[in-house]
Amino acid sequence: MATIKVHGVPMSTATMRVLAALYEKDLQFELIPVDMRAGAHKQEPYLSLNPFGQIPALEDGDLSLFESRAITQYIAEEYSEKGEKLLCPGCKKVKATTNVWIQVEGQQFDPNASKLAFERVFKGMFGMTTDPAAVQELEGKLQKVLDIYEARLSKSEFLACDCFTLADLHHLPAIHYLMGTDSKVLFDSRPKVSEWVKKITARPAWAKVIDLQKQ
Amino acid sequence: MGGIKVFGHPASTATRRVLIALYEKNVDFEFVHVELKDGEHKKEPYILRNPFGKVPAFEDGDFKIFESRAITQYIAHEFSDKGNNLLSTGKDMAIIAMGIEIESHEFDPVGSKLVWEQVLKPLYGMTTDKTVVEEEEAKLAKVLDVYEHRLGESKYLAADHFTLVDLHTIPVIQYLLGTPTKKLFDERTHVSAWVADITSRPSAQKVL
Repeated sequence: MATIKVHGVPMSTATMRVLAALYEKDLQFELIPVDMRAGAHKQEPYLSLNPFGQIPALEDGDLSLFESRAITQYIAEEYSEKGEKLLCPGCKKVKATTNVWIQVEGQQFDPNASKLAFERVFKGMFGMTTDPAAVQELEGKLQKVLDIYEARLSKSEFLACDCFTLADLHHLPAIHYLMGTDSKVLFDSRPKVSEWVKKITARPAWAKVIDLQKQ
Repeated sequence: MGGIKVFGHPASTATRRVLIALYEKNVDFEFVHVELKDGEHKKEPYILRNPFGKVPAFEDGDFKIFESRAITQYIAHEFSDKGNNLLSTGKDMAIIAMGIEIESHEFDPVGSKLVWEQVLKPLYGMTTDKTVVEEEEAKLAKVLDVYEHRLGESKYLAADHFTLVDLHTIPVIQYLLGTPTKKLFDERTHVSAWVADITSRPSAQKVL
């Protein structure tokens, strides 16, 4: 009984973030496509699901949510007993550490990685030209973040603790796109980061998200 | 009991975010001043507390974290039975999570740029870029239109009581009220009333 509906498209990084969480939890859901090219996301009825006119949005029965990282956290907590654990079991302090790295992805990693993916991947899809100066600047910033990740992953198997959590999952869409570009060297050249990328992208739930793109 | 320490700067919006949460919860803490103008935040020992070289950092006994919004959430949960309730229960927590993301990704980047251009640059002897201010104000207006609509339906952003979602906006709003950008808040009825309410809370007053 699919009470969960996701409004979005498989190509969108934020939609992929939510799909990954749903697959990790083995949850049934319906993916309702949003016609971005027609600007459906900027008009009603979509706007009543997300007044910022961005995808994805999620409905679970009566509850309506947007912002991918709020949705994944809802999924992880509401369905904590199902499928894979996406939050470290343990006391509040472990949860707080997970939250630190969830914030880090949102505040430090994603602003740079998303812009870089836009330059290297999406601009081409939309018939625009990559700006090499922007790529250089963004790679410079991303390298500094990845140096910090390298140090962190030398002390911890995953970012927040020794198990895979939302803090790792949230990175998957941007990493997926960047690993198909010359920017992959930033990840490959850092041993611990490289190992972590291989582990998180090899997860079966992630493979299902990629499969959706192929359909 | 090692106690709570906040490492930061009293003028920093992110530091203030944490201080307001501690005041709301009536929790004792020690404030350790980090001298930003000497680059203290970019060097050891501070950088060991926050590898991104930003303020604030936080410790509760042996437990050390950074990122202001992770810290406020820790405070809200750890001291849930003290002071004012900053959270919701059950599924309503998802609304709080959503509000935290919106403030982080939609409000703060724009609000912070406006604070930088109009408040901080002049302090550092640099010139405000009027084009940037105009662009960012246009973006902020759109965000505030969403907030205006929301506050027409809900007393506070995420619930009918004050929560972290409202709290996180206070430091940036406080600065913007001292600039021409104040008009964007004043010209929206519900936003204007909400701003007056949240900035008059004793916790908000204490960080000024």
